[in-house]
Amino acid sequence: MSYHVNEKGFYGQFGGAYVPEMLYPNVEELRQNYLRIIQEPDFQEELQLLLKDYVGRPTPLYFAPRLSEKYNTKVYLKREDLNHTGAHKINNTIGQVLLAKRLGKKRIIAETGAGQHGVATATVCALMGLECIVYMGEVDIERQAPNVARMKMLGAQVVPATSGSKTLKDATNEAIRDWINNPEDTYYIIGSVVGPHPYPDMVARFQAVISEEMRAQLLEKEGTENPKYVIACVGGGSNAAGAFYHYLDEPNVELIAVEAAGKGIDSGESAATSILGKDGIIHGSRTLLMQTEDGQVTEPYSISAGLDYPGVGPLHAHLFVSGRAKFMNATDEEALQAVLELTRLEGIIPALESAHALAVLNRLGAKPEEIVVINLSGRGDKDLSTYLKHFHFDEQ
Amino acid sequence: MNNRIKNLFANKPKGLLSVYFTAGFPSLNDTETVILELEKNGVDLIEVGMPFSDPLADGPTIQQSSTVALRNGMTIPKLFEQLQGIRQKTDIPLVLMGYLNPVMQYGVERFCQKAGEIGIDGIILPDLPLREYVDEYKAIFEKYNLSKVFLITPQTPEERIREIDSHTNGFIYMVSSASTTGKTLGLAEQSQAYFQRVASMKLQNPGVIGFGIHDNETFASACNHASGAIIGSAFVKALQQEGSLQENISTFIKSIKH
Ligand SMILES: Cc1ncc(COP(=O)(O)O)c(C=O)c1O
Repeated sequence: MSYHVNEKGFYGQFGGAYVPEMLYPNVEELRQNYLRIIQEPDFQEELQLLLKDYVGRPTPLYFAPRLSEKYNTKVYLKREDLNHTGAHKINNTIGQVLLAKRLGKKRIIAETGAGQHGVATATVCALMGLECIVYMGEVDIERQAPNVARMKMLGAQVVPATSGSKTLKDATNEAIRDWINNPEDTYYIIGSVVGPHPYPDMVARFQAVISEEMRAQLLEKEGTENPKYVIACVGGGSNAAGAFYHYLDEPNVELIAVEAAGKGIDSGESAATSILGKDGIIHGSRTLLMQTEDGQVTEPYSISAGLDYPGVGPLHAHLFVSGRAKFMNATDEEALQAVLELTRLEGIIPALESAHALAVLNRLGAKPEEIVVINLSGRGDKDLSTYLKHFHFDEQ
Repeated sequence: MNNRIKNLFANKPKGLLSVYFTAGFPSLNDTETVILELEKNGVDLIEVGMPFSDPLADGPTIQQSSTVALRNGMTIPKLFEQLQGIRQKTDIPLVLMGYLNPVMQYGVERFCQKAGEIGIDGIILPDLPLREYVDEYKAIFEKYNLSKVFLITPQTPEERIREIDSHTNGFIYMVSSASTTGKTLGLAEQSQAYFQRVASMKLQNPGVIGFGIHDNETFASACNHASGAIIGSAFVKALQQEGSLQENISTFIKSIKH
């Protein structure tokens, strides 16, 4: 079984490029050029230098002693929260902005949910001197206010998406519409392993640095490149794709994808696509999709803006259907408890998204000698007001 | 080739007016009334929009009509039920237009069979890739005598236009400029060059220009370059005016054709 994209842009039955003709030339241009450009030596040289000196890579692989003790297993955290801008998203935006420059594009657009991808895009645009427009759902503008402020400070224009549930899905719709209206000078930096081929593959390649580093770091610390488990949260699935990438063909490594259950799988307010979704098309990709019987997209829900999406990337749909990855989920409440636990046991305040990955530690069944790597995709600064309110620390 | 579409272009090779509306808008059961009124007012071809929750290629007007239509309860089975007896009442060519996902969930073959039975003439699914259509669905569309209409844009390379032309058998939907639906900037200079370029290719299918056509002037200008033009958002907006459906439709079509 192959877990990599085939020449038609599919992972098993999922993927492809279901775009209207207006987008066809743009997507084709990317498809024909992305591999060639990212394999060029001068591209790689520029990318590697920026990842090292600007982003701050490699990020540490941290052995978490008190968390390990509590769950009686060996827990490592891959510290993507320590990247410049505070999440894994910048691994991808650095790569794509270099690509956009080589394609001669002048104007950058992006969608964002939690605002981390928006900030990471605004950051690389400031660095490269490019115009930047970020679409963000109105609900997310509200709940991730610190990131909105950062984007503005960086010179990006933040455009509210006001349709549907006013979250990530709707921001993505608006970004795609912008691209349709500006086909010549504009480059769309998608923030996850979603969208039409070649985006899922391209974003996965840029995030693959996460598992590339994990392998080397584990070898050094544990004498083996392979842990027993790799755990990552899944919104669209880019941090998970990066954490899984170099383990896809290592059947002994169990890949655990954690989705947002929201208020509970059966509550009607959830974003657990692997359970609630079925085969469909969203944002140019055939994948698992939360939808009605009539094929209308369902509004998802999660307290975490970055996981509040009714689909998953086609790679993850394939990993789910083929059984290569195990899909678990965590509710809002479980994620919040995991936030407090990590904060108080290890002195690390995680993002709400990342906390979903932490929240399954107690039901993993990992043995004492087994190695568990959790991809800590981002830091929690953006979520502090939610945390303070939830734990009533604002009243003390 | 489908006879109603073929006859239309044979009998009226120039100046043809095609109108799009969203089924289920303004009210759930307006579908038949809108079709019959459009025909009565001299429209030549009708595109019946199947609403979708996430219409990527559409601007605010059609997004909003789609949202209202879905809230009103419009679905593909409902639309088929409304159109069941339509061929006893009118012979106007009817094309269904929508996004792939709802059709996929209904089942593509089942959809084509039902549309064929009702007397639908063509289907437009902008996000169904050409390759996938040719490899998986073309035989089905042909079996039920449905024309599959494809879009081209000013950015579509000549080679691809020829490929599209070879796989379709109704008309080609020429998107006037790179945009979502509902922009009213008029037809730009560059668009004229693109229209002429396509005209000079001598394609087997006639071309109809859509996107941005919203008044008498843009309609007339588009008709100079192709067999006709398609009006969508401007018509959907007209349906929201005060007054009866009949009045709104007649006033709007008169304003285009005067
Ligand atoms: C910190 C963090 N983790 C995870 C995600 C979810 O995205 P993905 O599934 O693409 O990694 C986000 C998205 O905004 C994020 O900010």
